[in-house]
Amino acid sequence: MEIKVKAKVIDQEGLQRTISRLALEIVERNHGVANIAIVGVRTRGAFIAERVVKRIQETEKHKVPFGILDITLYRDDFRKRLRQPLVQVTDIPFEINDIHVILVDDVLFTGRTSRAALDALMDFGRPSSIQLAVLVDRGHRELPIHADYIGKAIPTSIGEEVQVRLMETDGEDCVLLVEAPKEVN
Amino acid sequence: MPLQQKHLLGLEGVSAEDISLILDTATTFREILDRPIPKVPTLRGLTVVNLFYEASTRTRISFELAEKRLSADSVNFTTSTSSVKKGETLKDTIRNIEAMKIDMVVVRHQAAGVPRFLTQCVDAAIINAGDGMHEHPTQALLDMFTLREKFAKLQGLRVAIIGDISHSRVAGSNIRGLKAMGAEVMLCGPKTLIPRDVEKFGVQVTYDVEDAIAWADVLNVLRIQLERQEAGLFPTLREYHAEFGITQQRLERAKKDITIMHPGPINRGVELDADVADAEYSVILNQVTNGVAVRMAVLYLLSGNEESVS
Amino acid sequence: MNEIKKAKALLLSGGTIYDASDGSHKRLDILIADGKIKQLGTDLADGFSGEKIDASGHLLMQGLMDMHVHLREPGREDEETIESGCAAAMAGGMTAVCAMPNTTPPCDSQEVVRFLKKRGEEQLVEVLPIACVSKKRAGAEITEMAELVKAGAVAFSDDGNPVANTAVMRAALEYSSMFEVPLIEHCEDPHLAAGGHMHEGWMSTRLGLPGQPDIAESIMVARNIALAEYTGGHIHIAHISTAKSLELVRRGKENGVKVTCEVTPHHLALSDEALIDYDTNLKMNPPLRSRLDVEALKIGLRDGTIDAIASDHAPHSIEEKDVEFAAAPFGILGLETMLGIILKHLVQTGEMRLEEVLKKMIIGPRQILGLPLPRIKEGEVANLTILQPDAAWTVRKANLHSLSRNMPYDGWELNGRVLGVVNRGYFWVAGEARP
Ligand SMILES: [Zn+2]
Repeated sequence: MEIKVKAKVIDQEGLQRTISRLALEIVERNHGVANIAIVGVRTRGAFIAERVVKRIQETEKHKVPFGILDITLYRDDFRKRLRQPLVQVTDIPFEINDIHVILVDDVLFTGRTSRAALDALMDFGRPSSIQLAVLVDRGHRELPIHADYIGKAIPTSIGEEVQVRLMETDGEDCVLLVEAPKEVN
Repeated sequence: MPLQQKHLLGLEGVSAEDISLILDTATTFREILDRPIPKVPTLRGLTVVNLFYEASTRTRISFELAEKRLSADSVNFTTSTSSVKKGETLKDTIRNIEAMKIDMVVVRHQAAGVPRFLTQCVDAAIINAGDGMHEHPTQALLDMFTLREKFAKLQGLRVAIIGDISHSRVAGSNIRGLKAMGAEVMLCGPKTLIPRDVEKFGVQVTYDVEDAIAWADVLNVLRIQLERQEAGLFPTLREYHAEFGITQQRLERAKKDITIMHPGPINRGVELDADVADAEYSVILNQVTNGVAVRMAVLYLLSGNEESVS
Repeated sequence: MNEIKKAKALLLSGGTIYDASDGSHKRLDILIADGKIKQLGTDLADGFSGEKIDASGHLLMQGLMDMHVHLREPGREDEETIESGCAAAMAGGMTAVCAMPNTTPPCDSQEVVRFLKKRGEEQLVEVLPIACVSKKRAGAEITEMAELVKAGAVAFSDDGNPVANTAVMRAALEYSSMFEVPLIEHCEDPHLAAGGHMHEGWMSTRLGLPGQPDIAESIMVARNIALAEYTGGHIHIAHISTAKSLELVRRGKENGVKVTCEVTPHHLALSDEALIDYDTNLKMNPPLRSRLDVEALKIGLRDGTIDAIASDHAPHSIEEKDVEFAAAPFGILGLETMLGIILKHLVQTGEMRLEEVLKKMIIGPRQILGLPLPRIKEGEVANLTILQPDAAWTVRKANLHSLSRNMPYDGWELNGRVLGVVNRGYFWVAGEARP
């Protein structure tokens, strides 16, 4: 399927800088890293989270607990889908009770993914707080959800889509504004 | 790749890919069972009917729990043959149930082929929870899941199934599933309880339990039913135990890391001695826990099928 | 259904007369007056003003006979009646059927025999009652065989069940041999076959259904042949289905025992592998056997071990069959498709010649029962089947003449179109709507 790229909104360097800034803000806001954990939402959110964790470790010389959340089972569009997506394992190898959990995702759009991620996370325990960090906020919220940390706000129109491309999954680091593909789902 | 089945009627003809998909998905659900809140909202709004024509508390509870852990609404329809004899046909029963807007049916029936028959009567997805002497696919899947947990892979694994093969749907599904996954299967039991031409499944047959024990990595020990004695197929439970019972003493000839399985409920002291059932090489309780995860996986994978979504 | 008309003045023109008695083929027209063959000749159409049937491309032959039919009347008129069964028989090219006695009440008394004869009198198809071997089919005491024969019974059978008690069977064979009628036995060891829904073997293992081993049949065949030899009675093995049974019949015949047997079209065309989808329309007793058995039966039919082809037409209501396999009753329709299946699966495949199989439906049954063969001669009653042997047709359940629908052949393409039948002063021509 042909995807029409309208603009490269963040390039490789920009992406690195954005992630560094996100890491910095997280540390600042929480007065250090003593009581925090980072949880990335599969798939790209997990890789961004991993980079944030690495960056924090470089600057703070402290290993932040890191987990991966698969939200497939919490999605609200499950029964609208023709075929269910493959479920993957959720891996949160630490207690989340009474700590500040920073949830990391790639794009904040309608808010439904974040809602599912919040629900999923709550089933693991009762954190002191949950904060949301996203690489891109593209607007068009359908739920009352806002991000605590935003890499870049990119206003989009309907018919446009934001594509985060990462080394780990796509072989390059950048964020593209593309024309939305026609297919549903 | 999504599951290539609309229903789970048995493991006959189910590909290794599909079996692997179910087992992989079950791994995820197994993790959920260990969470503080072992429940996900995935199947909210989906209604599952557990249609049990045969008393089977264990399998029913396992399915019910799987449904609840996935947030599906479940209804139990348990009936004995006596009420069936009052006149309502199976077709009428299932049509009436479907009229109440249900999405899936988990069925247990004493007659082989009933799950397939139901697929001809209604649109709902059908899951076979045991039909006559035919198949019990979720039991075999949970057995394979348990073995994969322990041995990492099923390819080349030597599984001996011991007991009443003729009347065992557990054997029926295990043979098909294990063969599809590349395991080797040996059947062992009194000749009167080995079905005709069973070698055509590509399995070995022995009537000497010590041969089976010496050969196997895994012993899947089946429950022996007193009614087979009453039908004259073996003389006494005492002799059955003496000839085919799995005892600590017999296991001395086994491989070091032999694994003991049993689909339950166990007749302790008949097919399996108590100390063997409770030994560290027994995975019988793991089977029970894994049963819920595997059934969750099956429910999940079949619920996503477009045709089953109402 | 097309109506049955009086054969007052009827001309069958353009066809070829096949006489099964001598195997001759003659290109002759047949002129029928008041139900009798008035004239055989060429170009009889000139100046003829009665009913004409254009039989060009067709065989005109002695009417076929099906010696194993369950007409269900009296008792289950919702499944079949004598009238609907006869209509199905005509559509299948039959002019005579034997009615099996497992009705309600069973045909174990002169009253029921007379009832069947009486109801059959109105039909083109001759209905020949078979009476029970034992009172109430209970297998304990033999029926009033002498009286039953006088009333019109042509044979005895407890079909549906075997006569399990060997002493009773011995008595039945000895007693019935006085009247020179055969004893037709449904051979099944009741203990070995108990609970079996299909043939025991690889398929029953795969399907998880309790099976009946082939020896459940052959053990009874062996017993019955031994009894026939000992008593001098005539045992006829109904619906023979296994290679082992067949071998026993073959040896029995070689030893001069009065043993005959019949085979059904479904046991020749289908094996137990067809049961893969648990289709209750394929559930019958004896069950579909292994492929090896099917091949043996074909050989038996060719070498003469098997004397006749019979349908074991066994109607069942839709409700009875629309259930899980284990709950369904045994039985499959056969009258309307028997000829078509045989011509498709044995003749078109080159395994048997057309004339050979026709003899198994014309001469075979009549010989077994000691009935005269209809003759295609001037002055004789016209008892004829008009057949286009090469014409293909497709089975449509909706078009069956039977009141029941329990058959798996819907959509099957078969061979051999029956154009019509003539018998007992009547004729009937098939309409466009085919079964
Ligand atoms: Zn019979």
